Amino acid sequence: MVKVKELTDQEYLYGHKACPGCGLGTIGRLALKILGPRTIVALPASCMSTVTTQYPQMNYSVPSLTMAFAGTGAVLTGMSAGLKAQGITDVHVLGLAGDGGTADIGLQALSGAVERGDDFIYICYDNEAYMNTGVQRSSLTPIGAHTTNSPAGTASFGEKKPKKNLFEIMIAHRIPYAATASSAYPYDFMNKVEKAKGIAGPKFIHIMCPCPTGWGFASDLTVEIRKLAVETGMWYLAEYENGKVKMNLVPKKMKPVEEYLRPQRRFRHLTAENIKLIEEHRDREWRLIREKWLVKL
Amino acid sequence: MSNKARSSQLDFLNGDEAVAYGAKLCRPHVVAVYPITPQTIVVERIAEFVANNLMTCEYIHVESEHSAMCAAMGASLVGARAFTATSSQGLAYMHEMLHYVSGSRFPIVMMNANRTLAAPWNIFGDQRDSLAQRDTGWIQVYVENGQEALDMIIQAYAVAEDDRVYTPVMVNLDGFVNTHTFELVAIPEQKDVDEFLPPFKSKNAIDFNHPRSFCMTAATEWNMEFRYQQQEAMNQAKEVIAEVDRRFGDKFGRYYGGLVEEVRCQDAEVVLIGMGSVAGTSRVVVDKLRDKGWKVGLLKLRFYRPFPIEYFKGLSPKVKAVGIIDRDISFGYEGALASDIKAALTSASAPPKVINFIAGIAGRDITKENIEEMYNKLFNLTQGKEEKELQFIGLRW
Repeated sequence: MVKVKELTDQEYLYGHKACPGCGLGTIGRLALKILGPRTIVALPASCMSTVTTQYPQMNYSVPSLTMAFAGTGAVLTGMSAGLKAQGITDVHVLGLAGDGGTADIGLQALSGAVERGDDFIYICYDNEAYMNTGVQRSSLTPIGAHTTNSPAGTASFGEKKPKKNLFEIMIAHRIPYAATASSAYPYDFMNKVEKAKGIAGPKFIHIMCPCPTGWGFASDLTVEIRKLAVETGMWYLAEYENGKVKMNLVPKKMKPVEEYLRPQRRFRHLTAENIKLIEEHRDREWRLIREKWLVKL
Repeated sequence: MSNKARSSQLDFLNGDEAVAYGAKLCRPHVVAVYPITPQTIVVERIAEFVANNLMTCEYIHVESEHSAMCAAMGASLVGARAFTATSSQGLAYMHEMLHYVSGSRFPIVMMNANRTLAAPWNIFGDQRDSLAQRDTGWIQVYVENGQEALDMIIQAYAVAEDDRVYTPVMVNLDGFVNTHTFELVAIPEQKDVDEFLPPFKSKNAIDFNHPRSFCMTAATEWNMEFRYQQQEAMNQAKEVIAEVDRRFGDKFGRYYGGLVEEVRCQDAEVVLIGMGSVAGTSRVVVDKLRDKGWKVGLLKLRFYRPFPIEYFKGLSPKVKAVGIIDRDISFGYEGALASDIKAALTSASAPPKVINFIAGIAGRDITKENIEEMYNKLFNLTQGKEEKELQFIGLRW
């Protein structure tokens, strides 16, 4: 277990240019504190690469590589293989990619790398749209969200499709370790990185990363919004290990989804009927979770 | 090319196998390849070498060509020597990554089996796949036979990894004509290759004592400066290619001439220019016509990038007509080689007349008769007869 007093003072990601209130900096910062100085970071085209690797102001004090959008999984494979071939065994290879770079254009390369069993940690920070290009929907955008290419209008309530389940896609690969996380729960996240650090083969962490700019909420509400996502059941914290899923936090009583949706501009067009639809969708997902993963044997 | 007797084993190999042996001798740490006809034998032979402990490397079963180049780049980033191979659609699929690798100056070597691009779909050879990658910042060399294929894989690493260059190299073999044709190929001794090509100590790799960001964002204020450096490296590569060729020749007894090879060009009045396997066929025709007293020559263009403009600037004023064989066409204009060579010839002291021959598309044979026909047309030009500037050779109608 991670102990906050034992966390290093050393910053490996410092001085980035992310928007105020963005959770992305915290995710990179905390992950690197756990993984330490002998880590190489690979970043595809994304918010993360844009705000941390603008020549000549480089924000990592570990080696980093900015990558093509589609290739994060494959470049992690190459780094891992290159290190292995040279007998270097004490280096962590870390991918930090967004939702579009992971679940859309990068899914093939990620699937290939996980299937091959290469040794790396992949963190998908999920801000639920292509934020770097100005808020376009990805396959991880939730149903009902307004984005610039799934806009709400007289004939549309925004994004029509529910969020793709990346965690379960990873489970289908029988990956050694997969987890979901939220940086509103930093201990949970750091412990998951710590656990991933000690496991051989591919490791995947899917972390919720609210975006004040794209979602439309005040920059001081980031942590609150993240918490509400979990408390309303719109996001869950779980781990997959040794073939089993463990739910880390199950809200005793779900808060109404409205509490999560209302503070966000991207959902402000939703009618009571739309919200009911979203709530039904959430309940259906949780029924499945209970059936699959919360059955007491 | 001269053939001094050296200690090496002669084997009956096809071009793909020659490439596989070449790669093996270079001891890459990482091989990331995805199969595609007609490159596949390279993938298979290297897999067999590894499976039988004849070669030690991390052999990655990537799920696409895009990922093959990503993996090669990741390996190069951590200081590993990386090899990959592809062809045609696969090369097109990894197009984006070619820019990433050259722009971030990773000295990766790739074999490409030249094959036409769909549609219409076809697995046979022409050079449109690699010529379409002209501006990706890769050094491109085209080989004539299996021996040159093997030798150029070794030379490619020596060029790519030179401090003055740090630019990736693509070694092109004509699909089937080179890749699947068996010839006697001399396989150099490992110890000689080890002496020629020392272990890779990358200056463009991670260092935990001095962490750097690679392949980063360079905005408008700096981006042009990175491009300028790439251009400078390409210019430097011309010298390095010549040096490496001489050093290779001294060690293994085979010299290739560097950027170009002239075949009986002295006092030639007409010269044909071609890349890859067509040079082999043309040599025979040149000898035959020379026997008849015709003043013909052949210029084998070996490197497409960096482009040997100096050669064309200095072209002998005795050359009255030049034929450029393109196994490709840039639709709406002419062959890719023709555009470059014609532009370069404007600087010659006495620019010759030029015909661009489009030939050998999608595996169509370029026969000795075709070559002879080309020389005839060039002589027509020297005698003041009209010839079209762009001609398809061997067209059905």
